[in-house]
Amino acid sequence: MDLDYTADESAFREEVRAFVCASLPKEIAAKVHDGKRLTRDDFLTWHRTLAKKGWVAAGWPKEHGGPGWTAVQQHIFDEECAAAGAPVVLPFGVRMVAPVIMRYGSEEQKRHFLPRILSGEDWWCQGYSEPGSGSDLASLRTRAERKADHYIVNGQKTWNTLGQFADWIFCLVRTSTEGRQQEGISFLLIDMKSPGVTVRPIRMLDGEHEINEVWFEDVKVPVANRVGEENKGWTYAKFLLGHERTGIAGVGRSKRELAKLKEIARRERSGGRPLIEDTRFRDRIAQVEVELMALEVTNLRVLAEEDTRRAPGPEASILKVRGSEIQQSLSELQMQALGAYGIPYVPEALDARWEGDPVGEDYAAPLAGHYFNMRKTSIYSGSNEIQKNIISQMILGL
Amino acid sequence: MDFSLAEERRLLQDTIRRFLANEYSFDKRRARVAGEEGFSRGTWKEFARLGLAGIAMREEDGGLGGDAFDTLIVMESFGRALVAEPYLATVVLGAGIIADAGNEGQRAAWLPGVSEGDKLLAFAHGEPGARYAESYVATRAVREGSSWKLDGRKSVVLNAQSADAIVVSARSSGKENDRDGISLFLVDPKAKGVSLRPYATQDGGRAAEVELHGVAVSDEARLGEAGHAMPAIDAALDRANAALCAEALGVIDALNEATLEYLKTRKQFGQPIGRFQALQHRMAEMTIKAVEARSMAILAAAAMRQGDARERSRRVSAAKAFVGQASRFVGQQAVQMHGAIGVTDELIVSHWFKRLTMINATFGDADHHLGRFSDLLLTEE
Repeated sequence: MDLDYTADESAFREEVRAFVCASLPKEIAAKVHDGKRLTRDDFLTWHRTLAKKGWVAAGWPKEHGGPGWTAVQQHIFDEECAAAGAPVVLPFGVRMVAPVIMRYGSEEQKRHFLPRILSGEDWWCQGYSEPGSGSDLASLRTRAERKADHYIVNGQKTWNTLGQFADWIFCLVRTSTEGRQQEGISFLLIDMKSPGVTVRPIRMLDGEHEINEVWFEDVKVPVANRVGEENKGWTYAKFLLGHERTGIAGVGRSKRELAKLKEIARRERSGGRPLIEDTRFRDRIAQVEVELMALEVTNLRVLAEEDTRRAPGPEASILKVRGSEIQQSLSELQMQALGAYGIPYVPEALDARWEGDPVGEDYAAPLAGHYFNMRKTSIYSGSNEIQKNIISQMILGL
Repeated sequence: MDFSLAEERRLLQDTIRRFLANEYSFDKRRARVAGEEGFSRGTWKEFARLGLAGIAMREEDGGLGGDAFDTLIVMESFGRALVAEPYLATVVLGAGIIADAGNEGQRAAWLPGVSEGDKLLAFAHGEPGARYAESYVATRAVREGSSWKLDGRKSVVLNAQSADAIVVSARSSGKENDRDGISLFLVDPKAKGVSLRPYATQDGGRAAEVELHGVAVSDEARLGEAGHAMPAIDAALDRANAALCAEALGVIDALNEATLEYLKTRKQFGQPIGRFQALQHRMAEMTIKAVEARSMAILAAAAMRQGDARERSRRVSAAKAFVGQASRFVGQQAVQMHGAIGVTDELIVSHWFKRLTMINATFGDADHHLGRFSDLLLTEE
């Protein structure tokens, strides 16, 4: 039993750190650290930088252009990128649709899509949820009717993160109403420029436009863009949801946010004294730090196991539940540290180019919005209640 | 990074579990804790024969040269079986502090005896006014020529009534809370001026209040440098808390297994109660806590290798705080989900629950350790 990183792993960390330090534009890192709005170009700049280095698809095997890293190496890479203030590599292409294409896609799909995901040429978004199908995803109703060599798709998807920038959307669609509802679903890759696709913004509780709904009206999708077999899409959907373990806990990002929380608590004043000297508040920081330590070691245990033997399993649910709860606690405490300065709503301050007068400290403006925004983490990719159902059924056999 | 158990540790675990399965059923334990001493000297000798008493002791002191991960395996198994023998008091605390602070003569006089199962020890540090404050020592040590005179009172000294020697902390200078001025002494419990008020503990163990009235102790019985015992005391408490985290782990897993089994077999409203989502989610949360508590017990054991005492204590406090909170949750929910049978003495569930509760109260509860961790934030970086 040994909790220390090996010499090789530590050397790898140094290599990643040096590269990120040299390659990540300072103004992008500043936006991430300060909680400012990131543009499409910010995401793409970092994506392309990593792609050139061969590091953008940390979890991919070498044969498809990935670095072939172990799970522990991927974790180290995540940690270093997060600490440096790199934007996340958006998961929709690299971590979601790509593994499905690799596992179940045709040779032609692999040849066409995987390189474009790597290079950043195609921006992907996710078409899973519908207005009537959230936790009960298999009840989805977007229809795809087979007409010779293509499908005609009609329906509506929702909660499409950054879909306003997307070139492609991967969709679960209903191709049959026979049998169990899980048995009539297919997995389609749809070009967002197809006639009949409409993207509408959904303004979220923080006032920001991050999420969209996507409408399909008689959209023609070539049969060649179906992944795997017709009516077997549910299998691929579950594979996609269960595939991702590395990074699901968000340890790297939470460590960065914890450091920021401490920094804020040192700078904020309470009764004229540094807030961190207030025992009641400091204990709450301590509590979330202790929980983050438990999450970090748990994450490493899961990753170490992944490297030595097993395929991803229901442990992902544990990491998801705790990872999201900790992210939420951190954002809540950051906001709470501001006291009454959590109240002013100054959205222009989220624009890094804005040169107006800040209200309160310069770090204050994004924090309440960030807290509101982070409520999503216990709702998305299988709500925490669904995760507990998975634990009950898959781990405990209840 | 490696979280697997090395082959010899796996064997150790199998050996202990097999022994406990045969010799330490719940009924046999009941008989043991009802006895005069609260444990069995015969079983203690068996533990020693299996190598457990000297497992983490240096080979030159008569041990097997293991480390905190071996202690983790022993304590985890002991937790599950609710072992009442004085392993924490004798091996982890007593022998640990003698190995750490004692000179060659003291180590030779005590450690091989502990390793062989012939000697029992206790550690008398806590005091009525200290609660959990690590450096609060009001007991006085006054030097008189080549000996010392000890006066004071030590509280809840685990297994003091069975000990052949008690390691006592006492102050020769400074105020009650000063880190400087504290020394350690090996005290014979039968010496003049030592009086014990022995009692049973809530979880079936044994402890005593130890009064010291002008107890004369020779200077040869002093462990380590006079007035500078705090580093050794901190290390001893960290070692004990890491071990308690491991013990709690064994109890938590046992409670979760029993509760899960109960959810699958107990029927109400015509179906197993595990079909109800309210209980499923509670069980899922208990499972998450158990997984995370194991991570923290591993972290605490690994911390014992830390050269930096501050970082060692910081990690152990994080672990004890987390495991304390997890223990409280799992213990209370396990009892709750068992319903009325969970609050009877008949079922082992209530005994596990009580042991977890007492582990939390031993050497600092979750709030204390969270506070210690929290206070270190003030001087970070």
